[in-house]
Amino acid sequence: MGKSLNLKAALVSLLLLLVMVGAWYAATVQGAAGGTTGLTAEQIEYQKMLGKDPGAAKTGGFPTPMQMGDTVWKHLSNPVYDNGPNDKGILIQLGHSLGRVGLGFLLACLVAVPLGFVIGMSPLLSRALDPFIQILKPISPLAWMPLALYTIKDSSVSGIFVIFICSVWPMLINTAFGVASVRRDWLNVARTLEVSPLRKAFRVILPAAAPTILTGMRISMGIAWLVIVAAEMLVGGTGIGYFVWNEWNNLSLTNVIFAIGVIGVVGMLLDLMFGQLQKMVTYVE
Amino acid sequence: MSRLPASTPADRHDPYDADRPLMLRCSCGQDHAPQDHAAALATQAEAMANNHIEASLMKALFPVDSVRRRFLKAVGANTARAAIASVLPLGALQAMAQDKAPLEKKDLKIGFIPITCATPLIMAHPLGFYKQQGLNVDVVKTAGWALIRDKMLNKEYDATHFLSPMPLAISMGVGSNQVPMNVATIQNTNGQAITLANKHKDKRDPKMWKGFKFAVPFEFSMHNFLLRYYVAEAGLNPDTDIQIRVVPPPEMVANLRAGNIDGYLGPDPFNQRAVYEEIGFLHILTKELWDGHPCCAFGTSSEFIQKNPNTFAALYRAVLTASAMARKPENRELIAKVIAPAQYLNQPETVLTQVLTGKFADGLGNIKTVPNRADFDPIPWQSMAVWMLTQMKRWGYVKGDVNYKQIAEKVFLLTDARKHMKGLDQKVPDGAYPKFTIMGKVFDPAKPEEYVKSFAINKMG
Repeated sequence: MGKSLNLKAALVSLLLLLVMVGAWYAATVQGAAGGTTGLTAEQIEYQKMLGKDPGAAKTGGFPTPMQMGDTVWKHLSNPVYDNGPNDKGILIQLGHSLGRVGLGFLLACLVAVPLGFVIGMSPLLSRALDPFIQILKPISPLAWMPLALYTIKDSSVSGIFVIFICSVWPMLINTAFGVASVRRDWLNVARTLEVSPLRKAFRVILPAAAPTILTGMRISMGIAWLVIVAAEMLVGGTGIGYFVWNEWNNLSLTNVIFAIGVIGVVGMLLDLMFGQLQKMVTYVE
Repeated sequence: MSRLPASTPADRHDPYDADRPLMLRCSCGQDHAPQDHAAALATQAEAMANNHIEASLMKALFPVDSVRRRFLKAVGANTARAAIASVLPLGALQAMAQDKAPLEKKDLKIGFIPITCATPLIMAHPLGFYKQQGLNVDVVKTAGWALIRDKMLNKEYDATHFLSPMPLAISMGVGSNQVPMNVATIQNTNGQAITLANKHKDKRDPKMWKGFKFAVPFEFSMHNFLLRYYVAEAGLNPDTDIQIRVVPPPEMVANLRAGNIDGYLGPDPFNQRAVYEEIGFLHILTKELWDGHPCCAFGTSSEFIQKNPNTFAALYRAVLTASAMARKPENRELIAKVIAPAQYLNQPETVLTQVLTGKFADGLGNIKTVPNRADFDPIPWQSMAVWMLTQMKRWGYVKGDVNYKQIAEKVFLLTDARKHMKGLDQKVPDGAYPKFTIMGKVFDPAKPEEYVKSFAINKMG
């Protein structure tokens, strides 16, 4: 039953994809470009100046699926070239982005998990810190950027800081919630057995709260990946966000669409990774 | 530092040689062919110049040569050298006299915005002008002017492509912390335009622009000042009758397409790009407002110049060489090819060719030929700075008294530019404060305050 359902779902997905590409093709394919007959020499030159030379493809405009395929192939067949600081292959750009996300996310973990533990175990701190968390949580990453640039005085560290500040909240809140909602019975059992506080934290609370903590991490990773594109578009230099910005600059939609695809696929892989981790720590009561 | 007595030209006036008379003869006194002279000079120039300075010093200390020789014999050359060096800043003197002295910093980062204004400093990279000066330069594309400012203040960039009013504003602490910045050269003159969306084809008179939304690249830009000047001449108040937004140049075309703005006074290639995309047309070239107006500049912080005088001089030479090449019309097509790829401007080559050669489609169906649509005159006239300051005052960016001349002379390094141009055998014009004509009105840099007060539309309150 499960297998046949999967198969059917895959078929429907494939069908949907075909329909979408078909619609895309139908929407973008143009009739043959008007011939040059009946135009004066000056008009032909004018057309050429607008990039409508019959021999050369115009880079602007919405691409057809075939042009898209060409671009994808071009990028994927040569993913690691390096033409100086402003033009690098897609894998190198991805590497830069993932490095920033990884670093910012790791820092966020280091802060959010211990702090979340403390908040979860102490109702007083939980109440006291709540207003700060609620105010800081909804701030957009881009709003942090000017402040970070001004105070940190380094654009790449600023990028990492923005990742950090945006991915710390879901983790913090989820950790605190997970820790606070560990079943009383288990804590009471630990107390009757006179377990030391440290041992209690690691052997009782952590495993009990792990699924909630990982949910927080999964949400945070999703946010971090959203933020990195925006941050790199603003700060520039390297990364997939810079790639999008650079191609926007050239109004090359083909490359922008390619980058969107790459961002989506990488985001999905990151999410799958955390999904697997989550499965590992889930328990049945 | 000790040198063996030998017959190389560098040692010919060794001031610490007790066995020879000290002669201060010109190096050209030697017997060799002119081409050998150049080669000999190139290899020995640095050591020789250093020696020459020390020699002049010794000559001043010991006017009678026999006394000098006796002194050296008595104390020994090295002791004498150390004794004199301890009193006089020999190193600094030598560095001042000799531009080709060792570079303090070879690996440099130079920021740029991907527009044709930056042509000289970009093309110097692929054409090897930086390498020629022994510099290892990364030219780094940057997302906007605010970021250029922040990265200069952070010292992430060693030097950068500026909008020419930016160093004035930063040096005065307007719109940022006060950090002394300098303009080494103007990057480009002319080369901007007012682009309007196609739907405004019938509104060619600026009087009809009430309520329009315009974009400029930055507040402290010639674009902002020229657009304000232009609409004010037509009787519109740029602060109340139209809206002026700051939009990074690369995003202007996208915003125009989306209908977010009605037009922009922006840098090329984005004016021509709007034509290429068939979403806008060139209303007027800024050349027609002020022929030869400055736009962008090449500059760095005063601190960088003080710490790295030799590197700065080498940068100067590289950029001036590029400017001289960019000025020649016959090179323009080649330059368009060189700066079009993804790591520089990332633009279709035909767009750049049209901008640089001045033979372009205007978006209204005509092909126009304006050879000096974009030019790259590098001279940082201080009267240009004074004009920018008058506009900053006129539109309320600076309040109170402005010491126009003092700021202009501090920020715009006219003397240095002249010196380096001379060194490169380039033609150097005379004068320091030429007058300009902007939309038919003469600007006299000697009377800036009167000029500011002569405008009916202003924001001085």
